[in-house]
Amino acid sequence: MVNRVCAALVLAGSLAGCATSGGNPADPLERVNRAVFAFNDVADKAVLTPVAKGYRAVLPGFVRTGISNFFSNLEDVWVSVNDVLQGKFQEGLEDITRVVFNSTFGIAGIFDFASDVGLPKRNEDFGQTLGRWGIESGPYIVVPLIGPSTFRDGFGLLFDYKADLVYWGTDSVPVRNSLYATRAISNRTNLLDASSVLEQAALDRYAFVRDAWLQRRRNLVYDGNPPRESDDSDDEPTK
Amino acid sequence: MKNVLYFLLALLPALAQGQTVAPDVLVKTITDEVTAVIKKDKDIQSGDTRKAADLIESKIVPHFNFTRMTRLAMGRNWRSATPEQQKELASEFKTLLVRTYSTALTNYRDQQIDYKPLRAKPDDNEVTVKSDVKQSGSSQPVSIDYEMEKTDKGWKIYDVKVGGVSLVTTYRDTFASEVREHGVDGLIKALAAKNREPQSSKAGKS
Repeated sequence: MVNRVCAALVLAGSLAGCATSGGNPADPLERVNRAVFAFNDVADKAVLTPVAKGYRAVLPGFVRTGISNFFSNLEDVWVSVNDVLQGKFQEGLEDITRVVFNSTFGIAGIFDFASDVGLPKRNEDFGQTLGRWGIESGPYIVVPLIGPSTFRDGFGLLFDYKADLVYWGTDSVPVRNSLYATRAISNRTNLLDASSVLEQAALDRYAFVRDAWLQRRRNLVYDGNPPRESDDSDDEPTK
Repeated sequence: MKNVLYFLLALLPALAQGQTVAPDVLVKTITDEVTAVIKKDKDIQSGDTRKAADLIESKIVPHFNFTRMTRLAMGRNWRSATPEQQKELASEFKTLLVRTYSTALTNYRDQQIDYKPLRAKPDDNEVTVKSDVKQSGSSQPVSIDYEMEKTDKGWKIYDVKVGGVSLVTTYRDTFASEVREHGVDGLIKALAAKNREPQSSKAGKS
Protein backbone atom coordinates (compact mmCIF):
# COMPACT_ATOMS: atom_id res chain seq x y z
CA MET A 1 0.00 0.00 0.00
CA VAL A 2 2.83 2.37 0.84
CA ASN A 3 4.50 1.51 -2.41
CA ARG A 4 1.29 2.20 -4.22
CA VAL A 5 0.92 5.60 -2.60
CA CYS A 6 4.55 6.45 -3.35
CA ALA A 7 4.17 5.38 -6.93
CA ALA A 8 1.07 7.50 -7.28
CA LEU A 9 2.79 10.53 -5.81
CA VAL A 10 5.79 10.14 -8.06
CA LEU A 11 3.57 9.51 -11.04
CA ALA A 12 1.44 12.51 -10.24
CA GLY A 13 4.52 14.67 -9.70
CA SER A 14 6.28 13.68 -12.89
CA LEU A 15 3.18 14.21 -14.97
CA ALA A 16 2.54 17.61 -13.48
CA GLY A 17 4.53 19.20 -16.26
CA CYS A 18 2.52 17.82 -19.14
CA ALA A 19 -0.99 17.64 -17.76
CA THR A 20 -3.25 20.37 -19.00
CA SER A 21 -5.19 22.37 -16.50
CA GLY A 22 -8.96 22.01 -16.37
CA GLY A 23 -11.37 24.25 -14.51
CA ASN A 24 -10.33 23.88 -10.90
CA PRO A 25 -7.05 25.47 -9.80
CA ALA A 26 -6.83 22.88 -7.01
CA ASP A 27 -6.69 20.15 -9.66
CA PRO A 28 -3.83 20.78 -12.12
CA LEU A 29 -3.50 17.03 -12.71
CA GLU A 30 -7.10 16.62 -13.80
CA ARG A 31 -6.33 14.62 -16.92
CA VAL A 32 -4.33 11.95 -15.05
CA ASN A 33 -6.73 12.01 -12.14
CA ARG A 34 -9.69 11.37 -14.40
CA ALA A 35 -7.96 8.31 -15.83
CA VAL A 36 -7.20 6.91 -12.36
CA PHE A 37 -10.74 7.76 -11.23
CA ALA A 38 -12.16 5.81 -14.16
CA PHE A 39 -9.86 2.88 -13.33
CA ASN A 40 -10.87 2.94 -9.65
CA ASP A 41 -14.48 3.10 -10.71
CA VAL A 42 -14.16 -0.02 -12.84
CA ALA A 43 -12.38 -1.86 -10.02
CA ASP A 44 -15.01 -0.71 -7.54
CA LYS A 45 -17.94 -1.76 -9.71
CA ALA A 46 -16.35 -5.08 -10.69
CA VAL A 47 -15.05 -6.19 -7.31
CA LEU A 48 -15.63 -4.08 -4.23
CA THR A 49 -19.29 -3.12 -4.70
CA PRO A 50 -20.50 -6.69 -5.42
CA VAL A 51 -18.49 -8.02 -2.48
CA ALA A 52 -19.84 -5.27 -0.21
CA LYS A 53 -23.40 -6.01 -1.33
CA GLY A 54 -22.87 -9.71 -0.61
CA TYR A 55 -21.39 -8.86 2.76
CA ARG A 56 -24.42 -6.74 3.57
CA ALA A 57 -26.81 -9.45 2.37
CA VAL A 58 -25.15 -12.28 4.29
CA LEU A 59 -24.26 -10.73 7.64
CA PRO A 60 -26.92 -9.36 9.98
CA GLY A 61 -26.68 -5.70 10.90
CA PHE A 62 -25.39 -6.16 14.43
CA VAL A 63 -22.49 -8.31 13.21
CA ARG A 64 -21.51 -5.70 10.59
CA THR A 65 -21.72 -2.98 13.22
CA GLY A 66 -19.50 -5.07 15.51
CA ILE A 67 -16.88 -5.53 12.81
CA SER A 68 -17.01 -1.87 11.87
CA ASN A 69 -16.65 -0.91 15.55
CA PHE A 70 -13.72 -3.27 16.01
CA PHE A 71 -11.66 -1.53 13.32
CA SER A 72 -12.87 1.87 14.42
CA ASN A 73 -11.59 1.15 17.94
CA LEU A 74 -8.12 0.19 16.66
CA GLU A 75 -8.08 3.42 14.67
CA ASP A 76 -8.95 5.51 17.73
CA VAL A 77 -5.43 5.01 19.13
CA TRP A 78 -3.97 6.91 16.19
CA VAL A 79 -6.85 9.39 16.36
CA SER A 80 -5.86 10.31 19.92
CA VAL A 81 -2.18 10.63 18.93
CA ASN A 82 -3.21 13.07 16.21
CA ASP A 83 -5.35 15.01 18.68
CA VAL A 84 -2.25 15.51 20.82
CA LEU A 85 -0.07 16.37 17.82
CA GLN A 86 -2.60 19.08 17.01
CA GLY A 87 -2.44 20.40 20.58
CA LYS A 88 -5.93 19.17 21.42
CA PHE A 89 -5.09 17.48 24.72
CA GLN A 90 -8.63 17.32 26.05
CA GLU A 91 -9.76 15.53 22.86
CA GLY A 92 -6.73 13.25 23.00
CA LEU A 93 -7.60 12.22 26.52
CA GLU A 94 -11.22 11.62 25.56
CA ASP A 95 -10.30 9.54 22.54
CA ILE A 96 -7.82 7.36 24.43
CA THR A 97 -10.51 6.92 27.08
CA ARG A 98 -12.76 5.69 24.27
CA VAL A 99 -10.16 3.06 23.40
CA VAL A 100 -9.76 1.89 27.02
CA PHE A 101 -13.50 1.83 27.57
CA ASN A 102 -14.43 0.11 24.32
CA SER A 103 -11.54 -2.37 24.46
CA THR A 104 -12.66 -3.60 27.87
CA PHE A 105 -16.40 -3.11 28.39
CA GLY A 106 -16.92 -3.08 24.64
CA ILE A 107 -15.19 -6.47 24.27
CA ALA A 108 -12.19 -5.63 22.06
CA GLY A 109 -14.09 -2.74 20.53
CA ILE A 110 -17.03 -4.70 19.15
CA PHE A 111 -19.42 -2.48 21.07
CA ASP A 112 -19.04 1.26 21.03
CA PHE A 113 -20.27 2.03 24.52
CA ALA A 114 -18.15 5.15 24.74
CA SER A 115 -20.41 6.89 22.20
CA ASP A 116 -23.40 6.14 24.41
CA VAL A 117 -21.81 7.76 27.44
CA GLY A 118 -20.98 11.01 25.69
CA LEU A 119 -17.62 10.27 24.07
CA PRO A 120 -18.45 10.40 20.36
CA LYS A 121 -16.12 9.06 17.68
CA ARG A 122 -13.77 11.64 16.17
CA ASN A 123 -12.19 11.75 12.77
CA GLU A 124 -8.46 12.51 12.77
CA ASP A 125 -5.52 11.40 10.64
CA PHE A 126 -2.04 12.64 9.89
CA GLY A 127 -3.13 14.58 6.82
CA GLN A 128 -5.41 16.62 9.06
CA THR A 129 -2.59 17.13 11.54
CA LEU A 130 -0.39 18.49 8.74
CA GLY A 131 -3.27 20.76 7.73
CA ARG A 132 -3.60 21.96 11.29
CA TRP A 133 0.10 22.79 11.26
CA GLY A 134 -0.59 25.13 8.38
CA ILE A 135 0.47 22.96 5.48
CA GLU A 136 -1.64 23.59 2.38
CA SER A 137 -3.32 20.59 0.81
CA GLY A 138 -1.53 20.99 -2.52
CA PRO A 139 -2.86 19.55 -5.78
CA TYR A 140 -5.72 17.07 -5.71
CA ILE A 141 -4.76 13.51 -6.63
CA VAL A 142 -6.72 10.33 -7.17
CA VAL A 143 -4.68 7.44 -5.76
CA PRO A 144 -5.11 4.09 -7.55
CA LEU A 145 -7.37 1.76 -5.56
CA ILE A 146 -7.53 4.22 -2.68
CA GLY A 147 -9.34 7.18 -4.16
CA PRO A 148 -9.41 10.94 -3.65
CA SER A 149 -6.53 12.60 -1.83
CA THR A 150 -4.16 15.53 -2.10
CA PHE A 151 -0.37 15.82 -2.00
CA ARG A 152 -0.53 16.62 1.69
CA ASP A 153 -3.07 13.96 2.59
CA GLY A 154 -1.33 11.35 0.43
CA PHE A 155 1.85 12.07 2.37
CA GLY A 156 -0.17 11.79 5.58
CA LEU A 157 -1.44 8.39 4.44
CA LEU A 158 2.11 7.02 4.64
CA PHE A 159 2.16 7.83 8.36
CA ASP A 160 -1.39 6.54 8.86
CA TYR A 161 -0.33 3.30 7.24
CA LYS A 162 2.73 2.89 9.47
CA ALA A 163 0.74 3.75 12.58
CA ASP A 164 -2.05 1.35 11.70
CA LEU A 165 -2.51 -1.25 14.46
CA VAL A 166 -3.44 -3.84 11.87
CA TYR A 167 -0.04 -3.23 10.24
CA TRP A 168 2.12 -4.02 13.26
CA GLY A 169 -0.44 -5.90 15.35
CA THR A 170 0.40 -9.22 13.73
CA ASP A 171 3.43 -10.85 12.08
CA SER A 172 1.32 -13.17 10.00
CA VAL A 173 0.93 -11.79 6.50
CA PRO A 174 -2.20 -13.84 5.70
CA VAL A 175 -3.90 -12.68 8.91
CA ARG A 176 -2.91 -9.09 8.24
CA ASN A 177 -4.14 -9.22 4.68
CA SER A 178 -7.42 -10.78 5.77
CA LEU A 179 -7.86 -7.96 8.25
CA TYR A 180 -7.09 -5.37 5.56
CA ALA A 181 -9.61 -6.99 3.24
CA THR A 182 -12.30 -7.24 5.90
CA ARG A 183 -11.80 -3.62 6.84
CA ALA A 184 -11.97 -2.48 3.23
CA ILE A 185 -15.20 -4.41 2.68
CA SER A 186 -16.67 -3.14 5.94
CA ASN A 187 -15.83 0.45 5.05
CA ARG A 188 -17.21 0.07 1.53
CA THR A 189 -20.43 -1.46 2.85
CA ASN A 190 -20.99 1.57 5.06
CA LEU A 191 -20.81 3.69 1.91
CA LEU A 192 -23.19 1.71 -0.31
CA ASP A 193 -26.11 4.03 0.29
CA ALA A 194 -23.96 7.09 -0.21
CA SER A 195 -22.83 5.88 -3.63
CA SER A 196 -26.39 5.49 -4.86
CA VAL A 197 -27.03 9.10 -3.85
CA LEU A 198 -23.85 10.21 -5.58
CA GLU A 199 -24.95 8.42 -8.75
CA GLN A 200 -28.16 10.44 -8.70
CA ALA A 201 -26.66 13.76 -7.66
CA ALA A 202 -23.76 14.29 -10.00
CA LEU A 203 -23.73 15.67 -13.53
CA ASP A 204 -20.03 14.88 -13.69
CA ARG A 205 -19.14 12.39 -11.00
CA TYR A 206 -15.43 13.07 -11.16
CA ALA A 207 -15.84 16.79 -10.48
CA PHE A 208 -18.55 16.17 -7.89
CA VAL A 209 -16.41 13.73 -5.90
CA ARG A 210 -13.40 16.03 -6.14
CA ASP A 211 -15.20 19.15 -4.98
CA ALA A 212 -17.02 17.29 -2.21
CA TRP A 213 -13.78 15.64 -1.07
CA LEU A 214 -11.84 18.92 -0.93
CA GLN A 215 -14.61 20.58 1.10
CA ARG A 216 -14.80 17.57 3.38
CA ARG A 217 -11.07 17.59 4.12
CA ARG A 218 -11.08 21.32 4.74
CA ASN A 219 -13.98 20.84 7.13
CA LEU A 220 -12.16 18.05 8.95
CA VAL A 221 -8.96 20.06 9.34
CA TYR A 222 -11.00 22.79 11.03
CA ASP A 223 -13.01 20.23 13.04
CA GLY A 224 -16.33 21.26 11.55
CA ASN A 225 -15.89 25.02 11.78
CA PRO A 226 -13.94 26.19 8.75
CA PRO A 227 -13.64 29.94 8.18
CA ARG A 228 -15.98 31.22 5.49
CA GLU A 229 -14.45 31.27 2.06
CA SER A 230 -14.14 34.60 0.35
CA ASP A 231 -15.66 33.63 -3.00
CA ASP A 232 -19.22 34.05 -1.79
CA SER A 233 -19.20 37.60 -3.10
CA ASP A 234 -21.86 36.85 -5.69
CA ASP A 235 -24.26 35.89 -2.97
CA GLU A 236 -26.66 38.15 -1.21
CA PRO A 237 -29.96 37.39 0.50
CA THR A 238 -32.99 37.44 -1.75
CA LYS A 239 -36.17 39.10 -0.79
CA MET B 1 -53.17 5.13 5.05
CA LYS B 2 -55.83 6.47 7.36
CA ASN B 3 -53.24 6.94 10.06
CA VAL B 4 -51.10 9.00 7.75
CA LEU B 5 -54.08 11.19 6.98
CA TYR B 6 -54.83 11.82 10.64
CA PHE B 7 -51.19 12.47 11.17
CA LEU B 8 -51.10 15.05 8.40
CA LEU B 9 -54.25 16.73 9.71
CA ALA B 10 -52.68 16.97 13.12
CA LEU B 11 -49.77 18.82 11.55
CA LEU B 12 -51.87 21.54 9.94
CA PRO B 13 -51.80 23.92 12.89
CA ALA B 14 -48.02 23.63 13.07
CA LEU B 15 -47.71 24.48 9.39
CA ALA B 16 -50.15 27.37 9.53
CA GLN B 17 -47.94 29.25 11.96
CA GLY B 18 -44.84 28.51 9.88
CA GLN B 19 -44.06 32.18 9.47
CA THR B 20 -43.24 32.85 13.06
CA VAL B 21 -41.50 29.57 13.82
CA ALA B 22 -37.85 29.90 14.84
CA PRO B 23 -35.41 28.43 12.29
CA ASP B 24 -34.18 25.55 14.44
CA VAL B 25 -37.73 24.63 15.44
CA LEU B 26 -38.75 24.74 11.80
CA VAL B 27 -35.99 22.36 10.71
CA LYS B 28 -36.80 20.00 13.54
CA THR B 29 -40.52 20.07 12.77
CA ILE B 30 -39.99 19.34 9.07
CA THR B 31 -37.52 16.56 9.82
CA ASP B 32 -39.81 14.96 12.40
CA GLU B 33 -42.76 15.12 10.00
CA VAL B 34 -40.86 13.62 7.11
CA THR B 35 -39.13 10.86 9.08
CA ALA B 36 -42.44 9.91 10.72
CA VAL B 37 -44.03 9.50 7.29
CA ILE B 38 -41.11 7.40 6.00
CA LYS B 39 -41.16 5.16 9.04
CA LYS B 40 -44.76 4.26 8.23
CA ASP B 41 -44.37 4.05 4.47
CA LYS B 42 -43.17 0.65 3.32
CA ASP B 43 -43.07 1.80 -0.32
CA ILE B 44 -40.53 4.53 0.36
CA GLN B 45 -38.47 2.20 2.51
CA SER B 46 -38.31 -0.33 -0.28
CA GLY B 47 -37.08 2.26 -2.76
CA ASP B 48 -40.11 4.01 -4.25
CA THR B 49 -38.32 7.22 -5.22
CA ARG B 50 -41.43 8.71 -6.87
CA LYS B 51 -43.35 8.54 -3.63
CA ALA B 52 -40.35 9.96 -1.78
CA ALA B 53 -40.21 12.81 -4.30
CA ASP B 54 -43.91 13.60 -3.69
CA LEU B 55 -43.22 13.76 0.02
CA ILE B 56 -40.30 16.11 -0.53
CA GLU B 57 -42.30 18.26 -2.94
CA SER B 58 -45.09 18.78 -0.42
CA LYS B 59 -43.15 18.90 2.85
CA ILE B 60 -39.64 20.14 2.15
CA VAL B 61 -39.56 22.16 -1.07
CA PRO B 62 -41.71 25.03 0.30
CA HIS B 63 -39.00 25.74 2.87
CA PHE B 64 -36.16 26.13 0.37
CA ASN B 65 -35.08 29.12 -1.66
CA PHE B 66 -34.07 27.45 -4.91
CA THR B 67 -33.35 30.70 -6.73
CA ARG B 68 -30.67 31.59 -4.24
CA MET B 69 -29.29 28.05 -4.26
CA THR B 70 -29.03 28.13 -8.04
CA ARG B 71 -27.39 31.54 -7.98
CA LEU B 72 -24.84 30.31 -5.45
CA ALA B 73 -24.07 27.28 -7.58
CA MET B 74 -23.75 29.46 -10.71
CA GLY B 75 -21.43 32.00 -9.12
CA ARG B 76 -20.41 34.70 -11.60
CA ASN B 77 -22.25 33.05 -14.49
CA TRP B 78 -25.60 33.83 -12.88
CA ARG B 79 -25.48 37.39 -14.10
CA SER B 80 -24.71 36.36 -17.67
CA ALA B 81 -27.93 34.32 -17.80
CA THR B 82 -31.16 35.95 -18.99
CA PRO B 83 -34.12 36.02 -16.59
CA GLU B 84 -35.75 33.18 -18.57
CA GLN B 85 -32.57 31.11 -18.35
CA GLN B 86 -32.32 31.81 -14.63
CA LYS B 87 -35.85 30.56 -14.17
CA GLU B 88 -35.17 27.39 -16.14
CA LEU B 89 -31.90 26.78 -14.30
CA ALA B 90 -33.56 27.12 -10.90
CA SER B 91 -36.34 24.78 -11.96
CA GLU B 92 -34.00 22.08 -13.32
CA PHE B 93 -31.64 22.38 -10.36
CA LYS B 94 -34.60 22.02 -8.03
CA THR B 95 -35.70 18.84 -9.81
CA LEU B 96 -32.17 17.44 -9.59
CA LEU B 97 -31.93 18.16 -5.86
CA VAL B 98 -35.39 16.71 -5.18
CA ARG B 99 -34.48 13.54 -7.07
CA THR B 100 -31.18 13.27 -5.22
CA TYR B 101 -32.86 13.82 -1.90
CA SER B 102 -35.53 11.25 -2.68
CA THR B 103 -32.82 8.65 -3.36
CA ALA B 104 -31.33 9.51 0.01
CA LEU B 105 -34.70 9.31 1.75
CA THR B 106 -35.32 5.76 0.57
CA ASN B 107 -32.09 4.88 2.39
CA TYR B 108 -33.35 6.39 5.61
CA ARG B 109 -33.60 3.94 8.46
CA ASP B 110 -33.61 4.68 12.13
CA GLN B 111 -31.03 7.41 12.36
CA GLN B 112 -31.03 9.45 15.49
CA ILE B 113 -30.83 13.21 14.98
CA ASP B 114 -29.46 15.60 17.58
CA TYR B 115 -29.87 19.34 17.18
CA LYS B 116 -27.24 21.65 18.54
CA PRO B 117 -28.32 24.79 20.37
CA LEU B 118 -28.90 27.64 17.94
CA ARG B 119 -26.31 30.36 18.15
CA ALA B 120 -28.06 33.45 16.89
CA LYS B 121 -29.19 36.88 17.98
CA PRO B 122 -32.92 37.60 17.76
CA ASP B 123 -32.43 40.13 14.95
CA ASP B 124 -30.18 37.90 12.82
CA ASN B 125 -31.37 37.48 9.25
CA GLU B 126 -29.09 34.55 8.50
CA VAL B 127 -28.50 31.59 10.75
CA THR B 128 -26.99 28.11 10.63
CA VAL B 129 -28.98 25.32 12.19
CA LYS B 130 -26.64 22.49 13.11
CA SER B 131 -27.49 18.86 13.67
CA ASP B 132 -25.73 15.53 14.05
CA VAL B 133 -27.12 12.38 12.52
CA LYS B 134 -26.07 9.13 14.08
CA GLN B 135 -26.08 6.33 11.55
CA SER B 136 -26.58 2.70 12.31
CA GLY B 137 -23.53 0.60 11.53
CA SER B 138 -21.11 3.45 11.95
CA SER B 139 -20.30 5.10 15.23
CA GLN B 140 -19.32 8.42 13.73
CA PRO B 141 -22.11 10.96 13.57
CA VAL B 142 -22.51 12.91 10.34
CA SER B 143 -23.15 16.62 10.71
CA ILE B 144 -25.97 18.22 8.73
CA ASP B 145 -26.02 22.01 8.78
CA TYR B 146 -28.78 24.16 7.31
CA GLU B 147 -27.96 27.66 6.14
CA MET B 148 -31.12 29.73 6.51
CA GLU B 149 -32.34 33.21 5.71
CA LYS B 150 -35.24 35.20 7.07
CA THR B 151 -37.84 36.19 4.49
CA ASP B 152 -41.35 37.63 4.51
CA LYS B 153 -42.64 34.08 4.25
CA GLY B 154 -40.71 32.70 7.19
CA TRP B 155 -37.26 31.13 7.34
CA LYS B 156 -35.96 29.53 4.14
CA ILE B 157 -33.08 27.13 3.65
CA TYR B 158 -30.56 28.11 0.97
CA ASP B 159 -27.81 25.55 1.56
CA VAL B 160 -27.39 22.21 3.26
CA LYS B 161 -23.97 21.00 4.35
CA VAL B 162 -23.48 17.30 4.96
CA GLY B 163 -20.26 16.57 6.83
CA GLY B 164 -19.11 20.03 5.82
CA VAL B 165 -19.83 19.42 2.14
CA SER B 166 -22.15 22.02 0.68
CA LEU B 167 -24.92 20.73 -1.55
CA VAL B 168 -24.67 23.94 -3.52
CA THR B 169 -20.99 24.77 -3.91
CA THR B 170 -20.17 21.19 -4.84
CA TYR B 171 -21.93 21.93 -8.14
CA ARG B 172 -20.05 25.15 -8.74
CA ASP B 173 -17.15 23.75 -10.76
CA THR B 174 -19.37 21.42 -12.75
CA PHE B 175 -21.70 24.29 -13.62
CA ALA B 176 -18.82 26.62 -14.46
CA SER B 177 -17.12 24.17 -16.80
CA GLU B 178 -20.42 23.30 -18.49
CA VAL B 179 -21.13 26.99 -19.07
CA ARG B 180 -17.59 27.56 -20.32
CA GLU B 181 -17.86 24.76 -22.84
CA HIS B 182 -21.50 24.83 -23.90
CA GLY B 183 -22.95 28.09 -22.59
CA VAL B 184 -25.84 28.60 -20.20
CA ASP B 185 -28.23 26.78 -22.53
CA GLY B 186 -25.83 23.84 -22.58
CA LEU B 187 -25.98 23.65 -18.80
CA ILE B 188 -29.79 23.79 -18.83
CA LYS B 189 -29.81 20.97 -21.39
CA ALA B 190 -27.35 18.88 -19.35
CA LEU B 191 -29.47 19.31 -16.22
CA ALA B 192 -32.65 18.45 -18.08
CA ALA B 193 -31.03 15.33 -19.57
CA LYS B 194 -29.83 14.26 -16.12
CA ASN B 195 -33.34 14.76 -14.77
CA ARG B 196 -34.82 12.57 -17.50
CA GLU B 197 -32.59 9.61 -16.62
CA PRO B 198 -34.40 6.78 -14.89
CA GLN B 199 -33.73 7.17 -11.21
CA SER B 200 -32.63 3.65 -10.47
CA SER B 201 -30.02 3.79 -13.24
CA LYS B 202 -26.56 2.67 -12.22
CA ALA B 203 -24.98 3.71 -15.50
CA GLY B 204 -23.55 7.06 -14.51
CA LYS B 205 -20.85 8.65 -16.60
CA SER B 206 -17.53 9.27 -14.96
